[in-house]
Amino acid sequence: MTGNALRTPDLPAFHGGAVGDSAPRPDGEPKVTGEYDYASDLTVPGMLHGATVRSPHARALVTRVDTTAALALPGVHAVLTHADIPGAAHYGLDEADQPVLAQGEVRYWGEPVAIVAADDAETARVAASLVAVGYEPLEALTDPRRAAFDPDAPKVGPLGNLVRHQPVRTGDPNGMHAEIVVTGEYEVGMQDQAPLGPEACLALPTEGGVEIHAATQWLHVDRAQIAPCLGLPEESVRVVLAGVGGAFGAREDLSVQVHAAMLALRTGRPVRMVLNREESFTGHVHRHPARMRYEHGATSAGKLVYVKAELILDGGAYTSSTGAVVGNAASLSVGPYEVPHVQIDAYGVRTNNPPCGAMRGFGAVQTCFAYESQMDRIAERVGLDPVEVRAINAVRQNSRIITGQVISAPAPLAQMLYQARELPMPAADRDTEPQSLPGGVGNTTRGEGLARGVGYAVGIKNICFSEGFDDYSTARVRLSIVDGEPTALVHTAAAEVGQGGITVQAQIARTELGVDRVLLARPDTTVGSAGSTSASRQSYMTGGAVKAACEAVREQVFALAGGGRPDGDLSLQGGKVVSVRDGVLASLHELLGDTVLDETREFHHRPTTPMHPVTGQGDTHTQFAFCVHRAVVDVDTELGLVKVVELAAVQDVGRILNRRSVEGQIHGGTAQGLGLALMEEIQVAGGAIRNAGFTDYLIPTTLDMPAMRLEILEYADPEAPYGLRGAGEPPTLSATPAVIAAIRAATGRPVTRVPVRPWDLVGA
Amino acid sequence: MNLTATVNGVSRTVEDVRPHESLLHVLRERLGLTGAKNACEQGECGSCTVRLDGDAVCACLVPAGQADGAVVVTVEGLAQGGRLCAAQDCFLKAGGVQCGFCTPGLLMSLDHLLERNPDPSEADIREGLAGNLCRCTGYQKIVEAAGMAAERLRGQ
Repeated sequence: MTGNALRTPDLPAFHGGAVGDSAPRPDGEPKVTGEYDYASDLTVPGMLHGATVRSPHARALVTRVDTTAALALPGVHAVLTHADIPGAAHYGLDEADQPVLAQGEVRYWGEPVAIVAADDAETARVAASLVAVGYEPLEALTDPRRAAFDPDAPKVGPLGNLVRHQPVRTGDPNGMHAEIVVTGEYEVGMQDQAPLGPEACLALPTEGGVEIHAATQWLHVDRAQIAPCLGLPEESVRVVLAGVGGAFGAREDLSVQVHAAMLALRTGRPVRMVLNREESFTGHVHRHPARMRYEHGATSAGKLVYVKAELILDGGAYTSSTGAVVGNAASLSVGPYEVPHVQIDAYGVRTNNPPCGAMRGFGAVQTCFAYESQMDRIAERVGLDPVEVRAINAVRQNSRIITGQVISAPAPLAQMLYQARELPMPAADRDTEPQSLPGGVGNTTRGEGLARGVGYAVGIKNICFSEGFDDYSTARVRLSIVDGEPTALVHTAAAEVGQGGITVQAQIARTELGVDRVLLARPDTTVGSAGSTSASRQSYMTGGAVKAACEAVREQVFALAGGGRPDGDLSLQGGKVVSVRDGVLASLHELLGDTVLDETREFHHRPTTPMHPVTGQGDTHTQFAFCVHRAVVDVDTELGLVKVVELAAVQDVGRILNRRSVEGQIHGGTAQGLGLALMEEIQVAGGAIRNAGFTDYLIPTTLDMPAMRLEILEYADPEAPYGLRGAGEPPTLSATPAVIAAIRAATGRPVTRVPVRPWDLVGA
Repeated sequence: MNLTATVNGVSRTVEDVRPHESLLHVLRERLGLTGAKNACEQGECGSCTVRLDGDAVCACLVPAGQADGAVVVTVEGLAQGGRLCAAQDCFLKAGGVQCGFCTPGLLMSLDHLLERNPDPSEADIREGLAGNLCRCTGYQKIVEAAGMAAERLRGQ
């Protein structure tokens, strides 16, 4: 804890299970006792505290920055502006266009302009308020449609307003007519990841460099962005994973890392920076708000003929991962359905709104709301049940999606839909406890004015990085005798953000090496990159890397046991080398003695290709994952209040590595989808966030989130480690449209934007 | 002012507490008890929940001076003699912990709930924990953990 946080020993996982068991979390006990060190908890002697000066304008010229008064405040050790940046002035995931500190112009509300280090956090904040910044406000571009199409719109930055236009063209342009035509315009509001842990890090000056303990999703890409800004070679920057209080995409971009490091290097003292909740809303990117126009053509039997769509995703002031979000939105824009002819145009733009980038579901959430809304409208037009219209159009193994890519793995989507429909329904007669009714303990109804509805939705999500990215993870595994016991030490740079990645790593080591005792080294940049904890990819990628490194260690053990045996004869079980033919050959204890077997392996998934810039065609994705939701809601039709009575999910995860963890992923992903359907939206006016706090930005509570019914299927993907399929994101896609479909069924209202507001459900 | 309180069973004194300093700040920054988390500073998320003379309070909203002479219990005070309490153990068994940032606050709210109501219904549990936000779990396993803990405590 305090003072010794930075010498955290390897995390023991001495009791647990193998792949397939609900093994306990190695980090569980420190988390329930309060001893787990989150980034915001880190303390070292002599530490200073940082604070940030932020722009109160969405767009303005910065005419002066006067730090005199702030520097004069007792207890203040440094006040830095863009003039103090030791190296590159910009950073970014895809484009280095985000200023470390604003120079000349601010482009969004809350953009950092100056930073302060002081003896305590309060002094630092007071000093930040004393930095005098002159602004000359400029016309802010806040309309994403204008950013996409109006050549006369103000330019948000030197890179222009269009980040990416990705078309998809399939089939025959003359095939775009059908018996049934359904059009719709849909809107998705700006959702916040709202991880409970705020942005935080501790930067420590080291001999010739800096060590940064950060709550992040990808240590190596943090370092690749931090080092140039500090004017340091990468090897002089060590990034260590501190405890992460949830991520959901919010920690893919840098937040406080460069700032804390600049202050540490300038003062020669450790500096901790922790954002408060209000700042956190400006300290990370959000989910792209989307405006989407769809036209679906279908036969009178409900078979899809064509889809035309125009998708506009507002990326805000800087590029972040907007390009990749556009790629997902475009390639998955019609959902998990076979469509002969498509004409899709997806646009990601820069505006002076808050920057947007990664959030769980990453471009596939927005379109899922739109295409599933369209599917329900088709069902209504042709007189089909919502499950049936989806099932008859559903992709399956060997289907081609609209990019021309063939789904090579099992995709039993129609079956999943029918399975969801057959799940038992909640009781039709309502519990009349206020808690169970719309409006809750507000006591707004005793059961009168209520209507119940049921809705279904399904989504398709790509797993792992796409579009030709060289996606890999690295694992180092050491096997030796420690304290008289065979012990595996697993070291990766994979960020544990709460999902349970380290639990699965330990399970894999136990399975592959036949040992009980596993130690997990703290993730840092002294081992190769693990890639990001995002895109539902870490079980696949770092799981694959740990498996490969264990296999390499195992081969060495087998060599020590004497070679020349047929393939498959030897295995490691219970700390012993076992032969199918001859039984137990030797214990690891005997074989290893003082020997340390140490292997590092990189694991790459199969290569993908970029999307063709004009047609969108290509084998762009690694794996596809599906979740089906059924939602049951009660709506107070007089007040427009909604109570979700039940959410049921059917999801195929390929192979369950840890049931408790994967259930937790489906529950949690579903809750975020429910939040987007009913309550979660960053309110932006003139580029400024109006609800930067948990009082006004609402996320689901125990009273909003109903009990769930889950069916988890295991149709193995032969290309993936253990056959697994990434599981974290798919539930976030389908939960939102399922809830909205149920609301439509209850009210007959169209509901074309999320989150739905009471006034969308009442009145004329 | 100087503040003296019994914190997790031990009398602790903190000197020069500022008038507007919160109990949370004193616990985290002066006493090194970082189990209570600072996540919203508005009393909305419950991550900083501690017991103050038996009540479950958001330590971020309590002026530290109000704890003078009081009995404070934080998540660090739940395990006795290195043994997890029932609620802690059940959170792990049920899978109620993911990132864990909300966990200390939830454990303290549950501690308070089970003291008042040893046999809570699911509705009681949901209401009792409604002031604690969790972003990872969707709450189902937390509600299950709470029910398991209640059952185990009744059996003791």
